[in-house]
Amino acid sequence: MEFTEQFPIVFQALNVGFLQTLKLFFVTLLGAIPLGLVISFGSMSRFKPLSYLMKIIVWIIRGTPLMIQLLIIYFMPGLMGHNIWGGGESGRFLAASVAFIFNYSCYFSEIYRGGIQGVPKGQEEAGLVLGMTRSQIFFKVTLLQMIKRIVPPMSNEIITLVKDTSLARIISLQEIIWAGQSFLKGNQGIAGVIWPLFFTAVYYLIFNGILTVLLGQLEKKLEYFR
Amino acid sequence: MAILEAKHISKKFERTQVLKDISFSLEKGQVLSIIGSSGSGKTTLLRCLNFLERPDGGVILVNGETLFNSDDPETTKESEIRRKRLHFGLVFQSFNLFPQYTALQNVMLAKELLAKEQPDYKARKKEIHDEIEAEAKKLLDQMGLSDRMSNYPHQLSGGQCQRVAIARALALKPDILCFDEPTSALDPELTGEVLKVIKGLADQETTMIIVTHEMAFARDVSSQVIFMDDGRILEQGTPQEVFERPKEERTKQFLSRYTNG
Repeated sequence: MEFTEQFPIVFQALNVGFLQTLKLFFVTLLGAIPLGLVISFGSMSRFKPLSYLMKIIVWIIRGTPLMIQLLIIYFMPGLMGHNIWGGGESGRFLAASVAFIFNYSCYFSEIYRGGIQGVPKGQEEAGLVLGMTRSQIFFKVTLLQMIKRIVPPMSNEIITLVKDTSLARIISLQEIIWAGQSFLKGNQGIAGVIWPLFFTAVYYLIFNGILTVLLGQLEKKLEYFR
Repeated sequence: MAILEAKHISKKFERTQVLKDISFSLEKGQVLSIIGSSGSGKTTLLRCLNFLERPDGGVILVNGETLFNSDDPETTKESEIRRKRLHFGLVFQSFNLFPQYTALQNVMLAKELLAKEQPDYKARKKEIHDEIEAEAKKLLDQMGLSDRMSNYPHQLSGGQCQRVAIARALALKPDILCFDEPTSALDPELTGEVLKVIKGLADQETTMIIVTHEMAFARDVSSQVIFMDDGRILEQGTPQEVFERPKEERTKQFLSRYTNG
């Protein structure tokens, strides 16, 4: 088959795969952004057992490869006789989402912790002296200063996440790497070609380009104060 | 009756006794200056009055009402403390303005949040907001900042920031306004404008407690001076008594460093 004939077929398949990549990306963000906050509050808790527990969880998750975590989360329940994920692509997606959300919320929690602790103590004290409640101080005073501090490191993580979604290939989630690889083994009459796999890089690159611009704009928006 | 009475305040950090049996009182409209070397406990005392630190022992009364009594657990509850703080205002050495708000917003924020707790807030929202804004503008005007209201803190000089911080504290109409070394973080050229504002407040009989290293200013503005050393009140009296006829050797030694330097 000529390249010009292959291209539309490959393009179509990669698009479908990339849609799954995007889905995993957004679901991970949606889950990990709030869960990370919970973990960071937990690890800063004055209740020692809770803070130790959170720190141990963060240590384990950050200390082991995401690929292994994906495998454990996807296969362990079945091996123990509880097939909680269900079969097929939706089961794989569910398991991948759980693994990614857990993994990324641990990284986010550390970034949040840095952001929260980076806000000078005087800000909270000023709020207290002015009769504000702790939650008013958090939402009206500290939060935006914390967001400003965490946008650059978060941007880094978010861009890494786009590329990390490819790890879900290990449990055969039909994301873009899986789609590209399918033309090696044989898919829709095309077999033994590797360029579709190489071509997936373009998708990541363009999407990360868009994200870089958007996150840069957010950073700029927060430059009105110091 | 005294507006503020502090009785037998003590405070310990780890093993260091920072405040040892501090007692004093303050009349309405008076200015009390607290002087003493670094580490003598001046700042901790102010922080105790503002409930940023919890005294280990002692009683604090404002207008005869017991705000804090270390022996009465009812008065030391966190939930109670928030309201009690409003009797005091505190101006910090490092200003602690909220960087994401303009000067005007800094002055208005706390008042607006408090107003939301009023039962008639929903019905009179706009009216209340306008009142708060008008008052905040008046205060900033009084601080000489009428042309700086929409500036963010990073666009203001240290002296301007500190004046915004004073306006912010005044906005809540505290019974007693406390200053924690208000000019120590400022360039010498900028201390004057802040001291002038504080002097203006003293002339309007604002009840104030000022922790300061500006001896000439303390002498000029105060009705009462306390000299603290090693967590104790070593000497107290009128500025004339403390500055001109100090009784304690330690006070003389401390003051000589300022007059000779």
